[in-house]
Amino acid sequence: MGNVSRIRWGEFAIESLLRVLGFSAITFLFLIFVFLLREGVPFFFQVPVSNLFGARWYPTFDIFGIFPLFLGSLFVTIVAMMIAFPLGLAVAVFTREVAPHWVRGVLKPTIEVLAGIPSVVLGFFGMTLLVPVVREKLGAPTGLTAFTGGLVLAYMSLPTIISVSEDALDAVPKSYRDAGLAMGATKWQTIWHVIVPAARSGILMALMLGMGRAIGETMAVMMVTGNAARMPLTADSLFRPVRTMTATIAAEMGEVASGSVHYHALFGIGLVLFILTFLINLAVASMMFKRVSRGGLR
Amino acid sequence: MNPHFVQRMGFVLLTLISLVVVIPILLVMGVIAVRGAQIISVEFLTAMPRQGMTEGGILPAIVGTLLLTLGTALVALPIGVGGGIYLAEYARDSLFTRTIRLAIVNLASIPSVVYGLFGLGAFVLFLQFGTSILAGSLTLAIMTLPVIMSTTEEALRAVPVEFRTVSASLGGTKWQGIRHVVLPQALPGIITGVILGLLRVAGETAPILFTAAAFYLPRLPQSVFDETMALPYHLYVISTQVPGMPLDVQYGTAFVLLVFVLSLNIVASLIRSHFRRKREW
Repeated sequence: MGNVSRIRWGEFAIESLLRVLGFSAITFLFLIFVFLLREGVPFFFQVPVSNLFGARWYPTFDIFGIFPLFLGSLFVTIVAMMIAFPLGLAVAVFTREVAPHWVRGVLKPTIEVLAGIPSVVLGFFGMTLLVPVVREKLGAPTGLTAFTGGLVLAYMSLPTIISVSEDALDAVPKSYRDAGLAMGATKWQTIWHVIVPAARSGILMALMLGMGRAIGETMAVMMVTGNAARMPLTADSLFRPVRTMTATIAAEMGEVASGSVHYHALFGIGLVLFILTFLINLAVASMMFKRVSRGGLR
Repeated sequence: MNPHFVQRMGFVLLTLISLVVVIPILLVMGVIAVRGAQIISVEFLTAMPRQGMTEGGILPAIVGTLLLTLGTALVALPIGVGGGIYLAEYARDSLFTRTIRLAIVNLASIPSVVYGLFGLGAFVLFLQFGTSILAGSLTLAIMTLPVIMSTTEEALRAVPVEFRTVSASLGGTKWQGIRHVVLPQALPGIITGVILGLLRVAGETAPILFTAAAFYLPRLPQSVFDETMALPYHLYVISTQVPGMPLDVQYGTAFVLLVFVLSLNIVASLIRSHFRRKREW
């Protein structure tokens, strides 16, 4: 083999190897889906439909109603977003449009640090300091409530919401700002009537990614929500315990025998979570695609 | 109402909201630092736990987290960096490439506890690794892969195209150009990305719950097939599962975990800013 063809062969081998490594992302996603299907789908056939869609989750008595868990996750996520979205948008607007340079230099690293704090540390902090406050000041019997969980989750999804919103605001052309100011509007009016509306699809993306982050969060939620599987449908649900899908898996998987109905049930819940986050991503990806094909970056 | 007055009120409101966001973050770190630092001693860091974990140290949890992080790096580094090089330097805009990108985005958003389920199903049970450092590291590696892949790609894309042109004009092959010219330029960015990816998984609890973590194991792991204690799981255990656990020990453990994660964070930003100042393009 000549020198040139050896080099050419080497180049080909390296490119092939790198392509396989890149492809591994698809492989792993596929494998995760396959394992969730393999272990999770049997659950939906082993348990009668009336039981499956029941309002109670008592695995020890073979009662597997997933509604309270599903609604629990949804409820905590909505509470979290109702807190985190306005706060996150306000902080993004503040850092991008209003704050002086040095304030931005303090805010951004602090929020990056928040993104790096392990979930279990925030859960611990919530348990030891936040829960007693909720118990005493808001009169919830244990302090372990949907509200406590939503509050902790709100802070955990803030870094996502803030950074994605900031990118969206950043992508609004400077000419929009100039036009607003030239029309005699104040900076404040320009922000809320020109810049934020122009960035709305990116801001919606921030909300959805924040939701995805919140719905999948496990440890902190498990530590502060009290984990009672009840339907969060009554008026006082905000200050009652609640149990999410993620917390159910984390709390119960350690004690089940592999292959039991309960084992398959927990994989079934995992499958539901996987599909939920997949759908959120698909929606975000299609929004991004539309944005690019429209020519702008908003 | 005078629009300038409204504006002033609006800016005050935004400032207050930003304080509402920032103060709890500082509070979390401040309280854990102050209360945690009190119990930190040589014994706490280097001794085995005693008396049902209420006394002694947390050495096996520290070692376990270091081993899991190291194992994760060994698996995720070659795959992630390789995949990132492919995406930045070789991939064309094709359906294949778009599918890889979509897969990366999706991997990044799968809930951590679902990774735990996958690790249990695939590594612990199907491949029969048992609850072990190996199974935990593999699970965490897949979880951190999207971060490493996309930051590697970003770092390589930031290197100006001229570097590649010059290398090619001197007769270098594509790979030679990447290996000797582009990669060294992108290295700081890649290292930063790798550290950020690793620190994210070092603090994770849910993925190791059923793949690697031991409730109480007062000895150091002997092989990769051993289960192990780990800092995040240990914090979870002593703050929820063990009644009568002294609060000091809990704060101390949280403090050690926080210091570990945040110091990696600081190292990453130091590398980033150091090389950003030094580079000539």
